[in-house]
Amino acid sequence: MATTFRSGDVPRSASQAPTGGEYIADRAFRGLAMAAAAFVIFLLAYIFWEIGSLAAPAIQEHGAGFLTTAVWNPSKGEFGILAEIWGTLYSSLLALFIAGFFGVGVAIFLTQNFLHPRLAYVFRTIVEMLAAIPSVVYGLWGIFVVIPAIRPVANWLNETLGFIPFFGTSLAGPGMAPAVIVLAIMVLPTVAAISQDAFQSIPYKVKEAAYGMGTTHWEAILKVLLPTASGGIFGALVLGFGRALGETMALAMLIGNANQISLSLFSPANTLASLLASQWPEAGAIEQEALMYAALTLLAITILVNVVGLMIMNLTARQHVT
Amino acid sequence: MAIPTDAAALALGGGPAPSLSRSFTDRRALTSRLLTIGVWIVALLASVPLLSVLYMLFTQGGARLGWELLSALPPAGFMPGGGVGNAIVGTLVMVGIAGLLSIPIGIVAGVFLGVLAPDSRLAAVSRFLAKVLTGFPSILAGVFVYGVLVLVMGTYSSIAGGVALSVLMLPTIILTTEQAVRMVPQRMKDAAYGMGCTRTQVIWKVVLPAAMPGILTGVMLGIAGAAGESAPLLFTALFSNYWLESLTEPTASLSILIYNFSGMPFPNQIELAWAASLVLVLIVLVFNVLSRIVGRPRY
Repeated sequence: MATTFRSGDVPRSASQAPTGGEYIADRAFRGLAMAAAAFVIFLLAYIFWEIGSLAAPAIQEHGAGFLTTAVWNPSKGEFGILAEIWGTLYSSLLALFIAGFFGVGVAIFLTQNFLHPRLAYVFRTIVEMLAAIPSVVYGLWGIFVVIPAIRPVANWLNETLGFIPFFGTSLAGPGMAPAVIVLAIMVLPTVAAISQDAFQSIPYKVKEAAYGMGTTHWEAILKVLLPTASGGIFGALVLGFGRALGETMALAMLIGNANQISLSLFSPANTLASLLASQWPEAGAIEQEALMYAALTLLAITILVNVVGLMIMNLTARQHVT
Repeated sequence: MAIPTDAAALALGGGPAPSLSRSFTDRRALTSRLLTIGVWIVALLASVPLLSVLYMLFTQGGARLGWELLSALPPAGFMPGGGVGNAIVGTLVMVGIAGLLSIPIGIVAGVFLGVLAPDSRLAAVSRFLAKVLTGFPSILAGVFVYGVLVLVMGTYSSIAGGVALSVLMLPTIILTTEQAVRMVPQRMKDAAYGMGCTRTQVIWKVVLPAAMPGILTGVMLGIAGAAGESAPLLFTALFSNYWLESLTEPTASLSILIYNFSGMPFPNQIELAWAASLVLVLIVLVFNVLSRIVGRPRY
């Protein structure tokens, strides 16, 4: 049935003022939304408080010496995580070095017209998919592919260049090198994605100006675009570093879980996260408390690194606006 | 005043008029070409790991892909055969619990950040902390929930596992929801306000339906990430060799099964670890592909 309306005689307009019930519903929903946003703040505070209180007995027991000694002896109740702090920072820095090189390379490759856009989309998807593979699967792949693949190279380096501390030991199985390689692969998508954003946010006229001055494709990239994007890339590296610090399962499977401090790339080592994962299932009450202390240390380090990385990104983002 | 010509002469190093042509063997052109080849090599090397992982998954795990893998329980030490059925159920149940908890909170919080009060101080702090949480080590979510739930309940459980995963899903959903609702054109909201809608009605009837593809992308990505997590489950769900019977007992998951079996000296278990990895990667990839399909811009 078609209804015709005459002006001034509209029985039910499409627009109407909200009813009282709708006002109440509006208030309630907005309150709920505010509570949900505040929940994030509450959650992070609760995480700090909870892990802090779990670690409190061990902090009282071991004090600051826990952070500066390298023993892990549950039967004697002696604990210290210096070796794990070293392993965490060393493995993450090395992985970041590799991932930074490849990530920035990939970002340049995908944003600076080296490829047909459709092919670039395929490549970008491949790199993004690297982030989708679960950590344990990388661990399994590392055990059965990476370790056998690099062992001959590692042992050759050890035999011929063994006087260099980096190659000071031979690679028996799990160790720093395979862990770093897998870690770099896992951090690569983060670094590549944020670096691509940094390159893409450069105004096109900057590149045009460089070309106008007669630069080659690569002179424009290396001398103009890379310095312009460097703030964003630096933020990407710091956030990638944060990811690497907290990565657990692949490292627990590949790094060898040895409580020692060594520069050698081929000796087994340990990280805070993999110490937690590997010791927890068999830990007694006292060792569990010590592990909680290690967890609190890891929390402090990663939150600090993430906050610094995000602040750098926020600063550089603001620079683009002005 | 001859500043322009002076400046031009300075820029060119004071030499004669520049030649605008460039020969192929010129040092600069050659450098450019070499760097182009270099960046191609870098990009190709970067795609090797994914192809290698997928190749290994299909060659090592593909043979076991079948009904027994999906329906049988994990075998003991020297036993042949077996499957990962209970681990698949456990993973799906825990991801489901995580989704039930984090999706509503995440979407509503994202709406607050994107529509209700994007410039408020609460939103600024909340947004920053959500970004901090995206880089939060997953194992610490496990430690946190161990303290909050496992110690209180006195047992490892799939509820604890689900809660730990929801902590990890939440920031992804909040931030993608915020992005999605911000993309809704202002004129659509203005039209609804002009009709006399309350803000809640605008959000439910205009903003959320229009932003749904983007929100679903975030949900799918969150689910894909949670399904692959293992470290938090070590502290919350542990593992079980049996079928899931209640939500308050230790629960198997694919990722912990892979971790446990990868260190065993039995070829059967190693092969099962590969097969379980294949199943896990397929689950994760399905949600990833879904996120790309639902998130494709429609206009």
